[in-house]
Amino acid sequence: MEKLSKLPKLYLSVVFIILYAPIFYLIFYSFNSGGGMSNFESFTLEHYTALFEDTRLISILINTIIVALLSALVSTAIGVLGALAIMFMRNRAMRNAVLSLNTILIVSPDVIIGASFLILFTLIGVKLGFASVLISHIAFSIPIVVIMVLPKLQEMSPSLIDAALDLGATKRDVLTRVIIPFIKPGIFAGFFLALTYSLDDFAVTFFVTGNGFSTLSVEIYSMARTGVTLTINALSGLIFFVTITLVLGYYAISRKTKAPHTGVKK
Amino acid sequence: MNNKPLRPLYTLPYAAWIILFVIAPIALIVYYSFLDLVGNFTLDNYRNFFSSVYLKLTISSFWYAFLITAFALLFAYPTAYFLTKTKHKYLWLLLIIIPSWINLLLKTYAFIGLFGLYGPINAFLELTGLGKQQILFTDFSFVFVSVYIFIPFMILPIFNSLDKLNPTLIDASRDLGANSWTTFRRVIWPLTLNGVKSGIQVVFIPALSLFMITRLIAGNKVITLGTAIEQQFLVTQNWGMGSTIAVFLILFMFIIMLMTSGKERGASINGKVK
Amino acid sequence: MKEILRVAALIVTVSVVLWFINSKLNASGGPSAKGTLTVYNWGEFIDPDLLKQFEKETGIKVIYETFDTNEGMMAKIEQGGTSYDITMPSEYMVEMMAEKDLLLPINHNKLSNFKNIDPYFLDLPFDPGNTYSIPYFWGTVGIAFNPTLLEGQTFESWDNLWDPSLKQAVILVDSARETIGMGLNSLDYSLNTTDLDQLRKATDKLKTLSPNVKAVIGDEVTQLMVNGEAAVSLTWSGQAADMMSENEDIDYIVPKEGSNLWFDNIVIPRTAKNIEGAYAFINFMLDAKMAAQNADYVGYSTPNLAALDFMDPEVTSDERFYPDEEARNHLEVYKNLGLEMLGHYNELFLEFKMDMK
Repeated sequence: MEKLSKLPKLYLSVVFIILYAPIFYLIFYSFNSGGGMSNFESFTLEHYTALFEDTRLISILINTIIVALLSALVSTAIGVLGALAIMFMRNRAMRNAVLSLNTILIVSPDVIIGASFLILFTLIGVKLGFASVLISHIAFSIPIVVIMVLPKLQEMSPSLIDAALDLGATKRDVLTRVIIPFIKPGIFAGFFLALTYSLDDFAVTFFVTGNGFSTLSVEIYSMARTGVTLTINALSGLIFFVTITLVLGYYAISRKTKAPHTGVKK
Repeated sequence: MNNKPLRPLYTLPYAAWIILFVIAPIALIVYYSFLDLVGNFTLDNYRNFFSSVYLKLTISSFWYAFLITAFALLFAYPTAYFLTKTKHKYLWLLLIIIPSWINLLLKTYAFIGLFGLYGPINAFLELTGLGKQQILFTDFSFVFVSVYIFIPFMILPIFNSLDKLNPTLIDASRDLGANSWTTFRRVIWPLTLNGVKSGIQVVFIPALSLFMITRLIAGNKVITLGTAIEQQFLVTQNWGMGSTIAVFLILFMFIIMLMTSGKERGASINGKVK
Repeated sequence: MKEILRVAALIVTVSVVLWFINSKLNASGGPSAKGTLTVYNWGEFIDPDLLKQFEKETGIKVIYETFDTNEGMMAKIEQGGTSYDITMPSEYMVEMMAEKDLLLPINHNKLSNFKNIDPYFLDLPFDPGNTYSIPYFWGTVGIAFNPTLLEGQTFESWDNLWDPSLKQAVILVDSARETIGMGLNSLDYSLNTTDLDQLRKATDKLKTLSPNVKAVIGDEVTQLMVNGEAAVSLTWSGQAADMMSENEDIDYIVPKEGSNLWFDNIVIPRTAKNIEGAYAFINFMLDAKMAAQNADYVGYSTPNLAALDFMDPEVTSDERFYPDEEARNHLEVYKNLGLEMLGHYNELFLEFKMDMK
């Protein structure tokens, strides 16, 4: 493995600084005893204590996480199957058509997706709430998964599958032992982007939610008129720290358990 | 490819999704696009779209989407490339995605603060003697924040295709006397083209329908098709006109999809590079 | 494959655990023997302590849901599928919803505190006889400005915004009726005009403001004004109050030509399930003390005359937010002009925005 020289390191540092700058800005002001995101007055933790007392907000946060995790999981599963289906389509025109249909939800403005899903749900009689939000999030996350998985599938050499079949593998084996491991990076990429879509979505969720169910985005956007409170900054700070800790923790653990393997591979 | 490892049963959820959540809403949109304010059949919406205002909007939308995609690619490619060379590459990759999990509206507010006349960037500019600059509500800030939002979506597919790039290919190219640039142009770039195309698709297409940022960061000095649709649906409540613009957006998308898919697929599948 | 299955199992487990925690969290919300009341409101537009107090007094559990635009809220109610008992539309939206038969008429006899409302705010053209709505908060549209950032520029007329010294300094609001309305007001036309000629003139006049316009934005203006980024903005009085509470330099005026008088109102939508609860809630919010506490929290002007006695006199005597009758006479309430006219306003506004560069 080549070592990174100085210039690329500098480049990456700049990229990371820019990516995290707004987040640190938000977190910085979560400690502001003043009212808003300007004029830092003095350090305080009051917004964090307010956050823990606000059970409604915490409950909304939990809703948001559940929807994000489950929708990303299900949409990844369906998306991978969809990518496989597209990959093995014989007719090229058909394949292109399906691929275009797949991508429509990515291009459609959220307002349209939200409004049409709302009409759809009321037509087929789905009760608005957790289920309708979850289904919608699954629906708009599927295309991104397909788009992430498909290039990996295309890179896979068909001879790989043929070889496996020649060696007596069943079709099921081919799928679980050859294809899936090969496209794993694409699957994870799709999963994480689905997670991103779900966490960020406001407009679609707004239209299809109801009966007391709400997510963080809906809550934050509806605060815009009277001003987003710093409690939300505190919440973002907290989410950020927990996420980073989880990621680093998970990474450390998985590296430890994996260490011997990677040693061999090298 | 004669073998079909997939039974129809496996593809059922995906097919059901396409019918329920893609075809049905499109049918709905197309239907609405032929309705006027009171629900009568009309072609006025289409006629209206070809008026100067919407054509101007379309052209400016495309221009900005192009700028956003170009800059995103320009910055994402080296990032993805260098990331694959780092020691803990998957960890770093994850760290690229994590910022996008923080609410977009909040991050936009943060950018308003960062770019503001009294924000840290202007404080820095003043230190360097450049003096205060109006950064907010300019084309620059709009493109910058849009690239910021979309860049993880560009980095990820490129990273994926770079990641599994067979290093022996690069070595071989070097051994055959190619310099770094030639190696990149003739070996690395063609082999990562699929990833780049995915990236372009997931950046260019949504960039056409960006809204909110156009208001918060560009102060409505940039107006996109997405903004227009949102206005028609929510403010003017002219669902017919909103749907018509959406129909065109979908048409544009089909064209872009056709342009970014196709010919070289066979080549890369066989691992052959021209 | 194994790794993928393991991750999937982990996700499912985490979700189930979170689900469990959440149901525990919600269950501790107190008894709900008297049923629930779903309130659909703008975010942060009510004092949460009042909701708790209402729950305690009546035993009704309040479910609070939020929206960010009038139009989005109406779309949800129109489609059905969810049961909102109370919602808070702006005045033009009351008219629109009433037209679409989305509201239940209110029986004033069931509201003992209805008498607390200032009669000046009752029986307005958007809802004659207050058949469907009870005013919740009210305000004006005007100019917020920060004198410390301006070289002596003062404001008393809309025309002051055109002053050449304000190059790239003025922030307008991304809403057709307000911004076009400002043009109309400055020409002494009615805010509810449907005269295309007058609208044309107003738009043309607005276009000459372009060099002074820094941006056309929405609620973010509060932050920009507070941190001194912007010096002048066209804004609603409620937002101006928010700005002033965070930055003492900021001032607010309603130009002499007049402006808009707006209302946010309490209504009972057709989707209501707990109608008795809705009445109890409205009456609770109309109580002088409760209304005073709510106005303190939200910072907007309350139409509740009795509540003024329980508020800080410094606030209630502030002419900028509680203008006297003489000043009120120049204010005009928006009428629902119909979708076609609304479309025309928005087209002109789009034309103005596209012309801005």
